[in-house]
Amino acid sequence: MIELLTQHGEAILFYAFALAAVVSAVGVISLRNPMYCALSLLVTFLAVAALFLMRHAELLGMVQLFVYGGGIMVLFLFVIMLVNLHRLREVRLFNEQVPIALVLGVLLVALFGWVFLSLPASAPGDSTALVSLDGEVVGNAKAVAWVLYTEYLLPFEIASIFLLVAMIGAVVLGRRD
Amino acid sequence: MSGLLAAMLEATGPTLFHYVLVPLIKIAIVLFAGVLPLIMYLVLAERKVLGFMQARVGPNRVGLWGLLQPIADVMKLLVKEDVVPRRAVRWAFVLGPCLVVAPAFVIFSVIPFGPPAATEGGISWFVTDINVALLMVLALATLPVYGIILGGWGSNSKFSLLGGLRSAAQMISYEVPQGFALVGPLLLAGTMSLVGIVEAQRDLGMWFIVPQFVAFFVFLVAGVAESNRNPFDLPEAESELVAGFHTEYTGIRFALFFLGEYANMIVVSSVAVTLFLGGWLRPFPSVEALSFLDLSFLPAGLGGVVWFSLKLFVFLFVYIWFRGTFPRYRFDQLMALGWKWMIPLALVNLFLTGLVKVWV
Repeated sequence: MIELLTQHGEAILFYAFALAAVVSAVGVISLRNPMYCALSLLVTFLAVAALFLMRHAELLGMVQLFVYGGGIMVLFLFVIMLVNLHRLREVRLFNEQVPIALVLGVLLVALFGWVFLSLPASAPGDSTALVSLDGEVVGNAKAVAWVLYTEYLLPFEIASIFLLVAMIGAVVLGRRD
Repeated sequence: MSGLLAAMLEATGPTLFHYVLVPLIKIAIVLFAGVLPLIMYLVLAERKVLGFMQARVGPNRVGLWGLLQPIADVMKLLVKEDVVPRRAVRWAFVLGPCLVVAPAFVIFSVIPFGPPAATEGGISWFVTDINVALLMVLALATLPVYGIILGGWGSNSKFSLLGGLRSAAQMISYEVPQGFALVGPLLLAGTMSLVGIVEAQRDLGMWFIVPQFVAFFVFLVAGVAESNRNPFDLPEAESELVAGFHTEYTGIRFALFFLGEYANMIVVSSVAVTLFLGGWLRPFPSVEALSFLDLSFLPAGLGGVVWFSLKLFVFLFVYIWFRGTFPRYRFDQLMALGWKWMIPLALVNLFLTGLVKVWV
């Protein structure tokens, strides 16, 4: 029993978290009560954070937990608790755009399949790539920060401009006059 | 003791011993010999100190100076009837208190209570040292709010729901300045490992509270707000909301909420001690003449643990002092303080720290 756990522990944990992520993601779009949908989304976030941790992407996992688990979901729940839950329950919320959703879903699956198939067979993934810099092990946070602010500086700044635009848009939409 | 450990190493093999057994023993010691007794006696200390501040005696009937009062309290809470309100959402009602307690306990696994092992095979006074410890503390410190929201929503009571709503808004508002305040020490230390941050303070020769006093102030205020303590205890404001999010809770479930609040106080205090007050370091760590303060006659780095505990107690006393001193904020005042003062203050501090870090 202990032999089994120590040898296949990683695989067992991976499938457990992956199952939790998939089941709760289905719950997000299929449950009727918005409170339950939001909590399913929270479980999805937590499971994905655990998957990141298992791939030695500690920084990403913790940021996922902090930003999505700690910030965004609290906001969601706050808004859901403010609106009238009983009236919301009678409205069909997200099921009105089935054709578009189907097309996008098929495209997404195709993209994932293409990436998956183009990987070399039985590639375990280089687990040191995320923690080292020029061959020196410095830890995940430092390695990611270094790559982010040198190699990918421009995409990073473009993304932050997008976020700024979205924020200004939200402020404009929220104005009463 | 070491013979016993050697026998266990023999029996389990090195992998299980170092990665499962030793951490489990450490977790058990931290929880059952450290945090839980501390929480029990913190409650008594709070009642005693508040009594002193209000010219009362405080609990003094159970045992000498009321020293057995915590045990009597726990017994009482355990044997009380467990009431679940009709039409409550039962799973949310049950899960809420647990979600408040669990993340706080997990955070203690990365707090360095004392120095790492000086020699190979010595005792390190922490459960684990990970390279994203600071982010993990931040991330887990936000999770208890789900317990409060779930409990408040699941109770099917207006007061509880309002308490949960207030808690959510408060958490979002004060998480931001708290995060920014922690970036200051992080920039100075250049690492997110809590052990590394304390060692950086030793190398710098001073506690980070000296260069980062603004960040310390912001962190302290945000920490009080995040642990729902006076003067920011609006989620349970008894003058307006009866008892806020735990209005409907009784017995052991109420005790868990109570436990969570005090555990979060200790978490915030421990993080503040580690980041700003030099963790296990003595005062003025660079002054040679004071090296007798290292308490190096104590075995295995225990002197560091003594210093950590002393600083921790000062913080916990300050918490109680706040409660005895400040009146509660109004809700709009709380929000204005968070967004209009704390966040700009933390941002300016971050900017200045960055400038100093680049040019000095």
